[in-house]
Amino acid sequence: MAREHTKTYRAGISVIAWAASLTLFFPILWMVVTSFKSELDAFASPPVFLFFDWTLENYHIVQTRSDYFRHASNSVILSCGSTLLALLIAIPAAWAMAFAPSKRTKDTLLWMLSTKMMPPVGVLVPIYLLYRDTGLLDSRMGLVALLCLGNLPIVIWMLFTYFKEIPKDILEAARMDGATTLKEIVYVLAPMALPGIASTLLLNVILAWNEAFWTLNLTTSKAAPLTVFIAAYSSPEGLFWAKLSAASTLAIAPILVIGWLSQRQLVRGLTFGAVK
Amino acid sequence: MGKIQLQGVRKVFGQVTVIPGVDLTVDDGSFVVFVGPSGCGKSTLLRLIAGLEDVSGGHIFIDGRDVAGLPAAQRGLSMVFQSYALYPHMTVRGNIGFGLKMAGTPKAEIARKVEAAAATLNLTPYLERKPGQLSGGQRQRVAIGRAIVREPKAFLFDEPLSNLDAALRVQMRLEISRLQKDLGTTAIYVTHDQVEAMTMADRIVVLNQGNVEQVGSPIELYERPNSLFVAGFIGSPQMNFLKGAYAAAHGAPTIGVRPEHMRAARGGEGWKGVVAVAEHLGSDTFLHVDLAEGGIVTARVIGELGLSAGDAVVLSPDPARIYRFDADGKAVAK
Repeated sequence: MAREHTKTYRAGISVIAWAASLTLFFPILWMVVTSFKSELDAFASPPVFLFFDWTLENYHIVQTRSDYFRHASNSVILSCGSTLLALLIAIPAAWAMAFAPSKRTKDTLLWMLSTKMMPPVGVLVPIYLLYRDTGLLDSRMGLVALLCLGNLPIVIWMLFTYFKEIPKDILEAARMDGATTLKEIVYVLAPMALPGIASTLLLNVILAWNEAFWTLNLTTSKAAPLTVFIAAYSSPEGLFWAKLSAASTLAIAPILVIGWLSQRQLVRGLTFGAVK
Repeated sequence: MGKIQLQGVRKVFGQVTVIPGVDLTVDDGSFVVFVGPSGCGKSTLLRLIAGLEDVSGGHIFIDGRDVAGLPAAQRGLSMVFQSYALYPHMTVRGNIGFGLKMAGTPKAEIARKVEAAAATLNLTPYLERKPGQLSGGQRQRVAIGRAIVREPKAFLFDEPLSNLDAALRVQMRLEISRLQKDLGTTAIYVTHDQVEAMTMADRIVVLNQGNVEQVGSPIELYERPNSLFVAGFIGSPQMNFLKGAYAAAHGAPTIGVRPEHMRAARGGEGWKGVVAVAEHLGSDTFLHVDLAEGGIVTARVIGELGLSAGDAVVLSPDPARIYRFDADGKAVAK
């Protein structure tokens, strides 16, 4: 009896899990399918799902009209650049908070997080003017700095949490072995926190990749990433569903691949056997 | 060379004074054990010497040089931690050689020294393994290897054996003692285990609430404890303390007698009582005797007396081995 109950229970859970996954995945699937339709099929009512004339036309048009690769390379530069810069600042910051805390460390952490509660639009005008006057508007450097600052609180928080789990003894052992703080971080802390650093890196790349507020508002062409590329298909001449879908598919493809490849890195535990 | 001197070393955490002021000299090449109950400040004192905590006051001299303001990395000491604290992502070779690498030692020399240390500690077959693939004893050996390879001015041991099982602990105890004698390097060893202290130390420093209670060789502390605290801490089973009429008979508020300094018999003159528990170890018998007015005292009897719980017994302490303490718990001269 009990076993049968378990079986039914498991089957039920599976059905719910599949249903939830398919529901979440459906819009993406629909987008991918639509990107292979003609504009006419894309608008068809009732909608056509699989039985239509598959075409690569949209991808061709999208690339010739707005240069996918230039936008994609901007996206790569902005997301990777801002992430690396953030890590460079956040690793020492998180080290200090985790291993040499002061009376105000907790408050500092909370204050940093509180900056994320402010809607970005609140500072749009001052930042826009600042960027205009300093010539950072539509520059990759300007956006790298801004995206880095925007995500820095989250990066520091995540690293702080990972660093907290590393036994203090091991860092002290490195100090006794004559390591300076920098060497302690490079040779001992960073390799031990690698899974944590990797997942922070990945998350930050995704956040920066998808960031649409600042990238849309502060760029026109030179530094425009894929978010701008997508947005270009949603306005002036009316909606072009098929081309918009093609553009969106192209925009999410790289990050999907990165996420897939880094799965293993994210779950690998390196601290086993360190103590006790 | 590695003479360590502490002058008025103080440590305060917030409002709490952990070390009120310690003066101590550790001679070059000696094996000094800090012993005391948990919370007595022995580990804190070691960490102050190591440089892992900053002193709140006082001076620490290593070979005459005040190092109180120097970071741990520049003090030239090495430490073995209770948790081993090995670098989990490095091989045994990497772990042992890390200190040399930090010092900028040429690769060939690192390899030579690491292999020599590994040979001393029977770790040669494990050099390419990661700490996760080693047993507890092997990990502790790696931690010791990491300490010796740098040829430090002194070794600091922070309860290094407390994670090991009893048999391994005895074996490692001998190995550490032997290694220290062979190398002739100063060692400071922290433990709460008085057996480790007695067996390993040239000199024992007994700490109580951050104060040095007594410093001396193991036998000095055993034979001439200067306070109730030291008398109770050194020796196993613990010294018996008696008050009231038993003590008054010897002209002191409190007297102490070690279990091994009492004879037990079924009759005769002495302290009369009833056996509450008898622990038969074969070689010895520990009798826990209920003296009507003195509470429970323990007597260690060689061999087997055939006494068991409920039997009447008479204890006669060796008069020459009765310790007397004044009202403040200080020892009174015999």
